Amino acid sequence: MDELNALFGGFAVALSAYHIMLMVIGITLGVVIGVLPGLGGANGVAILLPLTFSMPPTSAIILLTSIYWGALFGGAITSILFNIPGEPWSVATTFDGHPMAQNGKADEALVGAFTASFVGAIFAVCLITFLAPVVAKFALKFGPAEFFAVQFLTFASFIGMGRGSAFKTVASMCLGFALASVGLDGVTGTLRMTFGQDELLNGFKFLVAVIGLFGIGEILCSMEDGLKFNGATAKLRMDAVIRTWKQLPGMWLTFLRSCIVGCWMGITPGGATPASFMGYGIAKRLSKRGDNFGKGELEGVVAPETAAHAAGTAALLPMLTLGIPGSPTAAVLLGGLLIWGLQPGPLLFVEQPDFVWGLIASMYLGNVVGLIMVLTCVPFFAAILRVPFSIIAPAIVFVCAIGAYTVNNAMFDVWMMLAFGVLGYLFNKLRYPLPPLVLALVLGDQAESSFRQAMLVSQGNVGVFWSNWLCGSIMTLGLVMAFWPMLQALRVKLSSNGAITRAA
Amino acid sequence: MIRREVSKAKTIAAALAASACLTSPSWAQSWEPTKPVTLVIPAGTGGGADQMARFIQGVVQKHNLMKQPLIVINKAGGAGAEGFLEMKASASDPHKITITLSNLFTTPLGTGSPFNWKDMKPVAMLALDQFVLWVNSEKPYKTAKDYVDAVKAGTDRQFKMGGTGSKQEDQIVTAAVEQLTDGKKFTYVPYAGGGQVAVQLVGNHVDSTVNNPIEAVGQWRAGQLRPLCIFDAQRSTYTAKVTDKEAWSDIPTCKESGLPVEYQMLRGIFTTKNATPAQVNFYVDLLKKVMATPDWKEFMEKGAFNQTMMTGADYEKWLVSAETLHSDLMKKAGFLATQ
Amino acid sequence: MSSNEEAEEDRPLVSYRTLDIAVAIFFLIVAAIVITDSLRLGISWKPNEGPQPGLFPFYIVVAMGIASLVNLAQALPHTPAGEKTATTIPGIKRMAAIFVPAVLFVLATNYIGIYVSAAVYIGAFMVFFGKFPVWQALAVSLGIAIVNFMMFEVWFLVPLPKGPLEAALGY
Repeated sequence: MDELNALFGGFAVALSAYHIMLMVIGITLGVVIGVLPGLGGANGVAILLPLTFSMPPTSAIILLTSIYWGALFGGAITSILFNIPGEPWSVATTFDGHPMAQNGKADEALVGAFTASFVGAIFAVCLITFLAPVVAKFALKFGPAEFFAVQFLTFASFIGMGRGSAFKTVASMCLGFALASVGLDGVTGTLRMTFGQDELLNGFKFLVAVIGLFGIGEILCSMEDGLKFNGATAKLRMDAVIRTWKQLPGMWLTFLRSCIVGCWMGITPGGATPASFMGYGIAKRLSKRGDNFGKGELEGVVAPETAAHAAGTAALLPMLTLGIPGSPTAAVLLGGLLIWGLQPGPLLFVEQPDFVWGLIASMYLGNVVGLIMVLTCVPFFAAILRVPFSIIAPAIVFVCAIGAYTVNNAMFDVWMMLAFGVLGYLFNKLRYPLPPLVLALVLGDQAESSFRQAMLVSQGNVGVFWSNWLCGSIMTLGLVMAFWPMLQALRVKLSSNGAITRAA
Repeated sequence: MIRREVSKAKTIAAALAASACLTSPSWAQSWEPTKPVTLVIPAGTGGGADQMARFIQGVVQKHNLMKQPLIVINKAGGAGAEGFLEMKASASDPHKITITLSNLFTTPLGTGSPFNWKDMKPVAMLALDQFVLWVNSEKPYKTAKDYVDAVKAGTDRQFKMGGTGSKQEDQIVTAAVEQLTDGKKFTYVPYAGGGQVAVQLVGNHVDSTVNNPIEAVGQWRAGQLRPLCIFDAQRSTYTAKVTDKEAWSDIPTCKESGLPVEYQMLRGIFTTKNATPAQVNFYVDLLKKVMATPDWKEFMEKGAFNQTMMTGADYEKWLVSAETLHSDLMKKAGFLATQ
Repeated sequence: MSSNEEAEEDRPLVSYRTLDIAVAIFFLIVAAIVITDSLRLGISWKPNEGPQPGLFPFYIVVAMGIASLVNLAQALPHTPAGEKTATTIPGIKRMAAIFVPAVLFVLATNYIGIYVSAAVYIGAFMVFFGKFPVWQALAVSLGIAIVNFMMFEVWFLVPLPKGPLEAALGY
């Protein structure tokens, strides 16, 4: 139990009034950053980085990771209240979170989201505590073919779960892929679909599309129905925490599934955004209440939030042990490590045990502090819905415009956001599903690159995806997932056939 | 677009300032930014240029070297074209500087994006980033010669070279090495970032890489990777032990090991085209102050940078020759944009 | 969607059928654009390198085109569901009330910066649609603009589009 001793040593480092104060500051900032789509965790971390040069590295990383936790918590708030994902990984939270808010259950959705985030993070931290060396070695097994397999699995677990027209689903997903391919092709270094326009060099960024499709689209829908948000009239009750927590133990299986999915995606490193989609997709397919998903089901908030937070936390592991940042925020943190004279990589755990275990201990503490802070603020967050619509609507457009602008610092993206808003409204009206489009947009580019890298490695032989047990089993699992609806239909058919033959 | 509107007013101001400079050289020394200075990074977060830019930002703030804040933004679109086009478009705004990597030359050549380093005003070369040939330490190759012989003996495209991006520095070095392997080509596998490339090599998904020192030093120290040679004319000057036995200076040059290829990457600062000498001088002074800090020296050593500082005419001369070199290398490798 | 009682007073503007056809055609146009550029990039499978850059986009949008043709074919026949009203005139007016000013706001951002135009946008919306007294609208809109200005420009140092006013203040 060397880990436990080391961990207690870490707690001794992290548990000081000074460090707790840093956590509170960091989490407050992080929540603000998470709420505003214009500010990413990377901004917050980058701004505070210079301030931390005069601190000991352990204090510095506690402050900076607290911002990271805060941003992870905060992303859910605007998703639930206004259907605007503050961060990419909270897109899946909107699917059920916003309908809950429209049903007057914004507070329950918020408590559910925060609690789920906390559970996911703690699960991932436990994993880091006890399995870091093993897990780090496992991550080395991932080459291009394995990456593609993971991305394929993400698609497969999400595909075919939409209601409505299959052709509309296909059209919507393909549009996402097509948009994702605009810009520089990373494999050959050629420009695609830019037609000589400088504005298109950057392609269509996920966040711009999402802010437009969800945020602006939602505002248009609300305006059409009249000058109000649904659910704004719900009574504020102070017992939201207890009310929600009573419902959670029944979802333990969803929690567990999402934790595993999240850790897996964080380490591999698929990232928090695909993890949230996969968590949602699997829960919808396997949960007893899966048919109600999308209409305001608490479980539909819990599943993606748990997975996103578990992935976000687990993603710190490859950063520390391999030096690969799992997200832009992690990239800035990584820069920070270098400035403090710490070299991320395989030796960090050996050479800087105080730092590493202090950091891990602060992950536990930071999440506890964060949960307490955001839970006490739930009534306040829910009260935002009571601000008159004629103030909130233009303010949201303003904040969305900032969010779209800051993605690439380009006005072109703000125009695109408005265009996506109209598209979002039309898609909503005509029942074209948005999630496949969004997923294709976030994963399309990466999946294509991994596939083509794998093809380069194997000299164009598709068999590479079944060349080893790891890759082969993920691909096979993906195929099973993709054809699950068909398999189920087949089973129903077979059993009914059986019944008929028996009857006959 | 708004910037362009604003900059019209500034053109006049800058013109006035320029004429004033011509008449009073003492005044020329005293330009200072009147608003926050933006440092444009033509690359994504987490890469070598990004790390260096954020490091400079940190040092400037820590030592209070500038009254106005320094803001760092990433404009990575189109292999950095986006960032350079922004610099070109705001030619009259001296509050913008950019840090370069080799995409300063490779992006216009490889993608046909309409810009050239002459659309900006060179400020200073900060350092040259090295390239090292790495293999997995489980593999039997001890020297560059062993490895090149193995490539020659193998089948075409049998050996996989991992690198950052496509038609950029890593692939150019690879192409230069391929000139000396008896016509045997590598399979070049492009990845998104240098850190990822090093890990792919540890995981044996590729056979070799030409990572920059800072990208792979962690894995070297852990005994997972082995450096074979450094693509420079001389050995590195850093003699402090990095691993238990070796220092950067113990890595032989590729030329010594029978692989006469040299390549280094510019880490330089540019400002906008119409900047006055006074404005350029301000940035040169600022960078000199940054480079005098102990933090900078430590950073240089960690990344085994070749510490060559150049400004003014020397720097421009270097840029001209580097541009010719890149266009030659890319022409030979067939990487030029077809349009 | 809208119940029958409401539909009587809301004059219809477009039916689901019209909208469905329009969106399907939009998809087909996108498909045509992408196919053009994919063909330029090459869509073959090279022996040692795998797919060329245009291969994926090409087949993806071919699938999209086929799906859109099916969608179009399904939308074309006159069906009771297709004839239902998708958007009414009052509905589109209410949407225009937020969207048209939003377009003007983005346009104005190019000239007077995002903060000033946001203040005007929020203030005007409050006065004309929220029927707030002018002083309240002024206070709220200026408050939001200033808080955001402090947050982005001063605190987090994220540069946003600025106009002559900010330039006069030295930003």
